[in-house]
Amino acid sequence: MRTLQKFHGGVHPPQHKAESNCLPILAAPLPKRVIVPLRQHLGTPAKVHVKIGDHVLKGQMIGIANGYISAAVHAPTSGTVSAIDLHAIPHPSGLPDLCIRIEADGEDRWIEHQAVDYKTADPDTVRAVLRDAGIVGLGGAAFPTYVKLNPGQQGKIRTLVLNGAECEPWITSDDVLMRERAAEIVEGIKIMAHLMQPEKVLIGIEDNKPEAIAAMQAVCRSVNLEQAANFEVVPVPTLYPGGGEKQLIKVLTGKEVPSGQRPLNIGVVCANVATAYTVHRAINHGEPVISRIVTVTGNVQRPQNFEVLIGTPLGEIIQLAGGAAADTSHYLIGGPMMGFDLTNLDAPLTKATNCIIAASPALFPPKPAAMPCIRCGQCAQACPADLQPQELFWFSQSKNFDKACAYNLFDCIECGCCDYVCPSHIPLVSYFRFAKSEIAMQNCEKAAAEQAREHFEFKKQREEREKQEKAARMAEKAAAAAAAKAAATANGEAEDPAIAAKKAAIQAAVERTKAKKAEAAAAASTNTTEPS
Amino acid sequence: MRVQAGEEANEKGAYFGLAMLTAILVMVLLAVVLGAILGFASVKFKVEGNPLVEKVDAILPQTQCGQCGFPGCRPYAEAVASGQAAPNLCVPGGDKVAKSLADLLGVEFQPVGGAEGAGPKPKRVAFIDESACIGCTACIKVCPVDAIIGSTKLMHTILIDRCTGCELCVPVCPVDCITMEPIKADLATWKWRYPVFELKKAA
Repeated sequence: MRTLQKFHGGVHPPQHKAESNCLPILAAPLPKRVIVPLRQHLGTPAKVHVKIGDHVLKGQMIGIANGYISAAVHAPTSGTVSAIDLHAIPHPSGLPDLCIRIEADGEDRWIEHQAVDYKTADPDTVRAVLRDAGIVGLGGAAFPTYVKLNPGQQGKIRTLVLNGAECEPWITSDDVLMRERAAEIVEGIKIMAHLMQPEKVLIGIEDNKPEAIAAMQAVCRSVNLEQAANFEVVPVPTLYPGGGEKQLIKVLTGKEVPSGQRPLNIGVVCANVATAYTVHRAINHGEPVISRIVTVTGNVQRPQNFEVLIGTPLGEIIQLAGGAAADTSHYLIGGPMMGFDLTNLDAPLTKATNCIIAASPALFPPKPAAMPCIRCGQCAQACPADLQPQELFWFSQSKNFDKACAYNLFDCIECGCCDYVCPSHIPLVSYFRFAKSEIAMQNCEKAAAEQAREHFEFKKQREEREKQEKAARMAEKAAAAAAAKAAATANGEAEDPAIAAKKAAIQAAVERTKAKKAEAAAAASTNTTEPS
Repeated sequence: MRVQAGEEANEKGAYFGLAMLTAILVMVLLAVVLGAILGFASVKFKVEGNPLVEKVDAILPQTQCGQCGFPGCRPYAEAVASGQAAPNLCVPGGDKVAKSLADLLGVEFQPVGGAEGAGPKPKRVAFIDESACIGCTACIKVCPVDAIIGSTKLMHTILIDRCTGCELCVPVCPVDCITMEPIKADLATWKWRYPVFELKKAA
C-alpha cells in the first residue's frame, strides 16, 4: 500500500457525477457538416493543408503542425471542404477563429492508415507519428503530447503519472472511458512508458469512481503478470482540485513541483488517461484524434457521455441528450469550477472540450453581489497552490502587477477554490485572470518594443554605412577625375613637340601668306606709281 | 624642582610628539589605503555612459515616431535623462509612460498633452492602398523600422508585425494612399477584462 501525501487546501464542492455516469458511452450519429478549428491546442495553430473544394477522407490531415509546440488536425469524416474562414469556437472570448468546414458525404470513408510497431521504431519516429496524429493533452490544456513525451536533456524520468482523477464536478468523460476502455488506455500507457522508460507508472484515480478503479486494476494486474510491468492503480481521496497536475503529483509522489518549473524538472511526466487512449489509437491503429468522449449534463433530458466527432456543432450534441429544458439560462464548457460560458451554440467540439453543461438558475444560482474583502483568510486556507489570494486580489484589483508577480501570481492554477470559499463572493479568479493576461500582454509589448529598437538601430547603422559608402564612392570618383586630369596634362606636355611643330608650321604658313601679301601690295604700289 | 619640571615637560612633549606622529602616520596610511581602494574601484567598476538613459529608454515604447520632437526614442531618452526635456512628451506611450518616467525621475507626474491627459492610443498599423500606390519609395525612406517593402515604380506594402504605428509614412505619401488601421481583435491579442458588475437599482 502506497502512503499518500496531501496537498494544501482544496474544497469539497457537490459532485453531481451520478447524473451522467450511469449510462454507457453512446456513439453520436454522423453530422451533416463539421467545423474543424486550426487552433485546438496550446502553441501555434496548425497550418491549412487543403483547398476549398478538395475532397477529403476521414482521418486525412487537413492542418499541418506548425512549429515545435503545435499539433496537426484531421478531417473527422469524409466530405468536401466548403469553406476555410472565421467561425465561432468554444473560447471564453467569444471571438471567432480560423476553421475548416467540411460538408460530410455520408460515406465516412477512412483514408489508408496503418499501425506503427513502437517497440522496434525509433522513439523520435514514434513522437513524430504522435504529432502528425494530432495527439494533445485531453485533460483541458491541450498541450501537444509528443513534446511532453520527450525526456530530452532533463535526464531520467523516474515516474510517469496517469491522471484519471477527474476532480471537477459534473464531468464524467474520463470515468466512463476508464470503465469501458481500460484495456485500450493501458495499451496507450505502455507506449508512453516505452518512450520514457520510467521506474514506475502510477495511475491516480479519485476514490469516488470505484468502477473505474476496479476496471483499471483488473487490466493492470494482468498486464503486470504477463509482461512484468509495474503499473500501479492508486485510488486517491476525493478532494477538489486533486486532478490538478501539480496536486496529483504531490499526492502520489510526495514531491512538489517548484514554482515556475514543470514536472519534468523533478523527473515526473503527467498525462491524462484519455490522452493515453488516443495514443493507443494513433500508434496501434493509425487513427488520428478525430473524436472524443464528451459529457452532456446539467439541465438536459438524458445526461450521458457521447463519442462525438471533433467539429460537430455543440448545439447538435446537446440535442443528442434530448435537448435542454425550457428554463436553461446558459451553457458551460468544462465544469462549474474552471469552465466558461458558451456564447454561441454553433461553435464546434474541439479536442479540449470534455463537458457541456446546460445551466439553469435552479442548478447554478446566480452569485450574490461581491462585498468588500474582510481579510478572513479562508481563500489562503483553500488555495491548493499555497498562495495568498487575498493579497493577490488586492494587487490585481489595484493593477499593481509587479507586486502581484512577487506574490507568485503565475503559480495560480485558476482552480476556483478561493472563489468557492469566499464569504464576500468576490470573483477572485476573474481578477487573477485579468492580471495574468495584462502582464503577459505587457511582456509581449516590451518584447515588440525591444525588436522595434533593434530594427531602428539597424536602419540607422545601415544609413550611416550607406552614407560612408557614398562618400567613399564620391571620393573615389573625384580621385579618378583628378587622376585623369593629371594624366591629361601629363599627356599634353608629352605632345608638346608635335604641337610646337604644328604651331611652327602654322606660324610659318601665316608668315608666308603675310610675306606674299606684302609682296603683292608692293608690286601693286609700284604698278600704280609706274604709270603715273 | 625646576629642572625636574623641565625634564617632565620635555618628556611630556616628546610623548605628545610621538603620539601625534603616530596618529598622523596612521591617518596617512589609512588615506593611502582607502585612496588606493577607491582608485581601483573607479577603474574596475567604471559605468559606461549614463545608466539613467538606459532606464528611460527601456520605458519608452520604441515607436521611433518623433512626436516628442526628438529624432527617435533614444535621443528623447538622453534628453529626459539630462533634464532637457519633460517626461510627458511621449504621445504613443500616453499617461502610462509619462507616469513611469515621472516615478523614475522623482518628479511630479504631468499628463501628456496638457491637463486633459491622454491614454495610450489604441494600437494601429499603417495600411497601403496598393491600387493607388505609385511606387515612389518616399514612405520606405522615412519608416524608422524598415516595415515597408517595395521598390521604385513597384507596389509597396507594410509588414504588419514590424509596424510600430508611428504614422511617419502618412504625410510623406504624395498620393495619400496610406491610412492607419486599428488592429483587429483576435485570439492572439485577446485579454481577460477587468471584472465589472452591473449595479442593480434597489427596489
